[in-house]
Amino acid sequence: MPEHDSFEHDVIVIGAGGAGLRAAIEASAQGVSVGLICKSLLGKAHTVMAEGGMAAAIANVDERDNWKVHFSDTMRGGQYVNNWKMAELHAKEAPDRVRELEAWGAVFDRTPDGKILQRNFGGHKYPRLAHVGDRTGLEMIRTLQDHGIHQGIEVHMEVTVVALLKDGDRVAGALAYEREKGRFRVFKAKAVVLATGGVGRAFKISSNSWEYTGDGHSLAYHAGAELQDMEFVQFHPTGMVFPPSVRGILVTEGVRGEGGILKNNRGERFMFDDIPDLYKDQTADNPEEGWRYTQGDKSARRPPELLTRDHVARCIVREIREGRGSPNGGVFLDIAWIKEKRGDAEAHIKKKLPSMYHQFKQLADIDITKEPMEVGPTTHYMMGGIRVDAETQMSTIPGLFAAGECAVGLHGANRLGGNSLSDLLVFGKRAGEFAAKFAAENGGVTIDNAQVDDETKKALAPFEASRTENPYEIQADLQEMMQDKVGIVRKEEEMLEAVAEIGELWKRTANAKAPGNVEYNPGWHTALDLENLLTVSEAIARSAIERRESRGAQFREDYPEKKPELAKFNVVVKKAEDGSMEVSRATIPEIAPELSEIIKEMG
Amino acid sequence: MKTARFKLWRGERGEGDFVEYETKITEGMVVLDAVLQIQAEQANDLACRWNCKAGKCGSCSAEVNGMPKLMCMTRLNSLPMDKPVTVEPMRAFPSIRDLATDVSWNYGVKEKIRPFAPREPDAEDGTWRMSQKDVDRVQEFRKCIECFLCQDVCHVLRDHHMHEDFIGPRFLVYAAALEMHPLDTDDRLKDLKDDSNIGLCNITKCCTKVCPEHITITDNAIIPLKERVVDEFYDPVKKFLKLFRRK
Repeated sequence: MPEHDSFEHDVIVIGAGGAGLRAAIEASAQGVSVGLICKSLLGKAHTVMAEGGMAAAIANVDERDNWKVHFSDTMRGGQYVNNWKMAELHAKEAPDRVRELEAWGAVFDRTPDGKILQRNFGGHKYPRLAHVGDRTGLEMIRTLQDHGIHQGIEVHMEVTVVALLKDGDRVAGALAYEREKGRFRVFKAKAVVLATGGVGRAFKISSNSWEYTGDGHSLAYHAGAELQDMEFVQFHPTGMVFPPSVRGILVTEGVRGEGGILKNNRGERFMFDDIPDLYKDQTADNPEEGWRYTQGDKSARRPPELLTRDHVARCIVREIREGRGSPNGGVFLDIAWIKEKRGDAEAHIKKKLPSMYHQFKQLADIDITKEPMEVGPTTHYMMGGIRVDAETQMSTIPGLFAAGECAVGLHGANRLGGNSLSDLLVFGKRAGEFAAKFAAENGGVTIDNAQVDDETKKALAPFEASRTENPYEIQADLQEMMQDKVGIVRKEEEMLEAVAEIGELWKRTANAKAPGNVEYNPGWHTALDLENLLTVSEAIARSAIERRESRGAQFREDYPEKKPELAKFNVVVKKAEDGSMEVSRATIPEIAPELSEIIKEMG
Repeated sequence: MKTARFKLWRGERGEGDFVEYETKITEGMVVLDAVLQIQAEQANDLACRWNCKAGKCGSCSAEVNGMPKLMCMTRLNSLPMDKPVTVEPMRAFPSIRDLATDVSWNYGVKEKIRPFAPREPDAEDGTWRMSQKDVDRVQEFRKCIECFLCQDVCHVLRDHHMHEDFIGPRFLVYAAALEMHPLDTDDRLKDLKDDSNIGLCNITKCCTKVCPEHITITDNAIIPLKERVVDEFYDPVKKFLKLFRRK
């Protein structure tokens, strides 16, 4: 057996973004020993890029807000295929999770009476997002990090997990390698929390970092867990489109929350042209009312730019396809126009959207206080993920938990902006709590040395002398193909082609070569990431084929309508005995009557 | 297609040299784009850190033509392209491989600083009240993305290697954010004087100049902390008067 270092914890948490950190803090608070494994350095996880804020019905800005409205907004945004129990827990618990961050040192923007300020965001009926300018994710991860380092958690930085280890049916730990020396590490643990984030690197145009390769999804899947809702990939409506090197970088929805408007190349504010029935009553029917809403007028309804992300992204695609796009293949997002309305526009924009101001100034030579931005859809978020129990976040494998983006349920077919950061906190805490409980209540595990040996050999395979292919090329080909065939507009024949091409890419991956040695070698890492990317890509394509309708983030050109009978189930994938991917439908349990009442009540 | 030349430092544990690469460039490219393109096409095992590629995570710190920069925010059109662009790792930290350095010292330093300790909540529901005016200056410090470029350029660390004695600008900013946090009740001034050796900073402001978040490190964080330390420990008159003042 190749050499490895051994570690033992009651609970290991894989991933150190918002969900992982929150889970580790909670597990540690329950008195068990905790190891936190991060793929990058601590504090660099993708949470850092979240901009707009975290949604919680603390009602500091609009007293009409409460958990019921938040619950109802989340279900509506998710097109009612959400796990309603998770949506309920999330809406009820998010306020405490936000306040707790303040107790740990977070410094949110303030209301005039000194409370946490909240801003408007798409799909939220009232201003609900606690925020810090447009760098809320940084505030959140830093707060959790700075609190977490004093909680006795052992942090393993720049360590990548390559396989989950099992003891019979139960999870028993993980095999990983640390980047600097390339040495393998065996983590023995009674419970494992996956908090590995999303899958955005499966697509060419993405707001996600190199880390977002679906590791947790893939690790869980290959260990026998079920994945669900993998067809629902969120394309954020506003990513940068120019210059080419920045294509995909996120432009926060906060721009629209602060009054930014979308226009086509004829100067038309096209979002007024198509307002879905589900949102007609809540949406302004003229620009003046929309503006008043963004400025806090409680009698006004929100502008159509603040409709849900799936809808806004599709409207933008329509404008571009029908020849009304901007010169570089996007549309215009204009915040500079607010100078017509407020004398302090320039200072206001810089205060509320400082990183957007710098991002455009530095990367695109655009002054957003003076001219419009060019934006277009970018792969942003994975609604689908590991199937978990709503309360405990335990997957279908005993002892294996998942939280945050790699878990599924809260967001249904489309996530509302701001619901991700609160998701990380609410369900990160729950996963940590129940993982600790599971570890305390269940006996020890045994590491299967044969499995360790086998997985280690697999992980070292890219160094075999016979291999020839550049892993970066395989990754780029996959991204291009997924963007084209399983992207924002989908049809069956293209997705079938995609599945076949993924098969070919698997073959090429078996020939992916890592040059050099095991020490800090990104080429090796990229070769190992491919297995995860291919697994999630196949799950996305197969699930998207199975859902023959358009709902939320899934838009099928061949089935453009929403079908009521398809609202009754979620698509689930699982690894079959023969190693193939098995697709099935899981009926959504009947919603609790009191929650159903709330949805009706909220209209 | 336009191309450009890059000299990237390749090596391990401080032993190595610049290797020249030529790669094609397109409009708007930043240094990180070029480095990643070279990695993908010519040098698959080229070690470098990056994450967000948008100036928000502080991972891709390096020295570009000798200047400490985030590679993801350094546009090629801001550099002279008639000669090769040099990219080398930060010098204030031990080299691991190629552009990656061992920054673990920073994490150790942070752990030793006394954590946030809030006063009792102001309201019965466990919440606090703070005015925006009072949090503005702390929010400036909390913009820090921990790229450690300020540490890299600080001569106390870079030239004098006093990592054992001095915490560097990043952690003076961190301490300032805690000391000036309206809710914090702890006192870190003695630690700043004795353990962090804030006195070693002689305000050359190099840190402020390289901060990609434009935090006014020296004027807004370090100097006020120095003043507080002086007030507390070196000014007998003020020390006497302080008896009659709140902290």
